[in-house]
Amino acid sequence: MAKVSVRFFARYAELAGCDWSAVNVSTPATVGDVIARVREVFPGTQAMPPRPLAALNRRQVKHDALVNEGDEVALLPPLSGG
Amino acid sequence: MMHLTRHPIDVGDLLAAVQSAERGGTCVFLGTVRNDADVTGIDYSAYEAMTVDEIERILAEAHERWPESRVMLQHRLGLIPAGEASIAIAAAAPHRDAAFAACRYVIEEVKKRLPIWKKELSANGRGSWVEK
Repeated sequence: MAKVSVRFFARYAELAGCDWSAVNVSTPATVGDVIARVREVFPGTQAMPPRPLAALNRRQVKHDALVNEGDEVALLPPLSGG
Repeated sequence: MMHLTRHPIDVGDLLAAVQSAERGGTCVFLGTVRNDADVTGIDYSAYEAMTVDEIERILAEAHERWPESRVMLQHRLGLIPAGEASIAIAAAAPHRDAAFAACRYVIEEVKKRLPIWKKELSANGRGSWVEK
């Protein structure tokens, strides 16, 4: 098992009801596995799109990126900076 | 200079950070909160640590492409009233072509890559996330 920090931002934080949490996933695990677990633990996040943008340790990644104990996964609504 | 601020942006500080006697062309881009429909302001939030990392990567890429240029940017967060700037980019280079190109490169990458979100606030007190 690996414990992974999860951060929610903007609308996704409203859906989750929090902006930070941690989930446990069986290893080997990917970002996609973390998101699947998040949808179970935070039912409100089921309203996120099927493949939300995600970052692993502050870099955008695809859902097949592998996660390790202590990593930080962030779920990012569509970006709108500027 | 900090890349993120919660105060009004001072363009003079940005200019001072990029201008020099060797750089004959300076270009400034300002992004300003529009008063679309009944929007009174926009509340900007960010994944701040990743935003700072990403800004530094974008500025490093601009420097690789236009080695004689110097580019600085500042993004404002928090509630910004319509009419005030949310972002400022200053790019200076020996000649104007590189200054314009570097400035354009940075704002386009900012739009694609920075983990920043906007909530538009209306006169009726409602807020709505901008997700386009």
